[in-house]
Amino acid sequence: MIDLTSLTLTACRTALRRGETTSVAATQAMLDRITTVDNELKSYLTISDELALEQATAADKRRENGEDTPLLGVPIAVKDIICTRGVETTAGSKILAGFIPPYDAFVVQQLKDAGAVLLGKTNTDEFAMGSSTENSAYFATHNPWNLDRVPGGSSGGSAAAVAGRLAYATLGTDTGGSVRQPASFCGVVGLRPTYGRMSRWGVIAFASSLDQVGTFGRTVADCTAIFQVTAGYDQRDSTSIAAEVPDFEAALTGDIRGLRVGVPREYFIAGLDDDVHQTIRTAIDKLAELGAEIKEISLPHTEYALPVYYLIAPAEASANLARYDGVRFGPRRPGADQTETVKRTRSLFGPEVKRRIMLGTYALSAGYYDAYYGRALKARTLLKNDFLEAFKQVDVIATPTSPTTAFAIGEKVDDPLQMYLADIFTLSINLSASCGLSVPCGFDRQGLPIGLQLIGNTLQEATILNAAFAYEQATSWHKQTPPI
Amino acid sequence: MSLSLAEVMKVASLARLELTEAEMEQYQKQLSAILDAVDHLSELDLNQVPPTAHAVAQQNIWRDDNIRSSLPIDEVLFNAPEQKENQFLIQAVLDE
Repeated sequence: MIDLTSLTLTACRTALRRGETTSVAATQAMLDRITTVDNELKSYLTISDELALEQATAADKRRENGEDTPLLGVPIAVKDIICTRGVETTAGSKILAGFIPPYDAFVVQQLKDAGAVLLGKTNTDEFAMGSSTENSAYFATHNPWNLDRVPGGSSGGSAAAVAGRLAYATLGTDTGGSVRQPASFCGVVGLRPTYGRMSRWGVIAFASSLDQVGTFGRTVADCTAIFQVTAGYDQRDSTSIAAEVPDFEAALTGDIRGLRVGVPREYFIAGLDDDVHQTIRTAIDKLAELGAEIKEISLPHTEYALPVYYLIAPAEASANLARYDGVRFGPRRPGADQTETVKRTRSLFGPEVKRRIMLGTYALSAGYYDAYYGRALKARTLLKNDFLEAFKQVDVIATPTSPTTAFAIGEKVDDPLQMYLADIFTLSINLSASCGLSVPCGFDRQGLPIGLQLIGNTLQEATILNAAFAYEQATSWHKQTPPI
Repeated sequence: MSLSLAEVMKVASLARLELTEAEMEQYQKQLSAILDAVDHLSELDLNQVPPTAHAVAQQNIWRDDNIRSSLPIDEVLFNAPEQKENQFLIQAVLDE
């Protein structure tokens, strides 16, 4: 008998369509593997097993009736910052412990319409603030390639679940790199679409001008299949873009002859790990071998991405997180009066969340607004223009996803600035109007995965997905599986 | 850029955060270090540069003015820590 959990999403879908297996069998196989493995991996915060089996049974019935939808019967999981009707959603925070959303996020509704089965909710840094998933208020997630290492973050649970074969695909969110960086650390494919391509309705807000839902898969085709059904315009998100959703799956031709690939010199700097550097150069050579034209380019304001991001994101977060006051949802810690009750309740935030609220409040406060937040918004224009200029010369930009491979659990928790540097290559994409993905491109000397970041212009996800697909088909990294 | 303890206390109060003394001291150090790191931006001449608030600029987006169903009140109040007569219950804000 085949091990159903070893199948890719697309192979599982084919097996379901051919009647070679059932959704109940695939769902049960995943749930069994979660029971066996996830006490070590810790990728799930909530496992909705009963609901999953109900959904799987319904999916099998629909298929018996001759129905078919893009993900009918395919078990997936969703980051715990995305609202799921009737299933606890905490954003990895104690301040939302026990919160049961009364509605599904748009992207969750899209998954349900496509027939997907929800296995559960995956771990995240609290309110998606972090690069290692160690900031989850519940527990840290481990890297499937080496349990002493972090899976990256903040969507570390979603990345580890896909790499560990505990879901066929997952949703994450990416505000500064939170899909691509964990995809890189866990050796899976992670896509961060253009801002506005995915609805943010029902996604718990961190930094509203940067937040975007992204998708994880073990292969480019898997990552594309879940992206295909979750992308699209939603009237309830005023920043959602009313653009056609192309047939992304059909765009995976594997032909990249003549594709212009830019390599920005500012991304090959001191602090970039040697193994990562060599591996990325080799991957770029492979793109050239496949017919791409490689050009050195410049993104001159790259060094300002980190300061711009760490002013804008905390500023927006401090405003968004003002709503956690113990009035409408979440636990309440009563004090002598309402103000004290609000303050005590807000003590349920963890240290990184409080740090960012403090930083953001400071950057927005009277007397400092112009010097910090105002300057950051202007510098953001320069970063955005860098990309617009670059995309006049090239179709795709290739860089490392992160300067290093997965670091040790505990290594950076006490040094926020060091932790922030893990996202130095991914932040600019969120600040600009670009899209980006990470595709596995090799391993370092310690056997830890390395990711190649491919960046595309506004709404050009099909271009970067096809470039990643061409690269993947010419290499075998995606066929390697972690020891767990 | 070094933040004073008084500034940290002021910001905590603005943000409605109750911090312990140990937290105040830790944030004083860490926030000062982060502000030093972002100070890098002051090198840039930004006088002629317009601000960017959103990645993909859109203006005046309205949804269609259609009547849609709302969530039932019991579902809206389901997560409330305290409720009374179909309302969220909090402590009195004004003197009785």
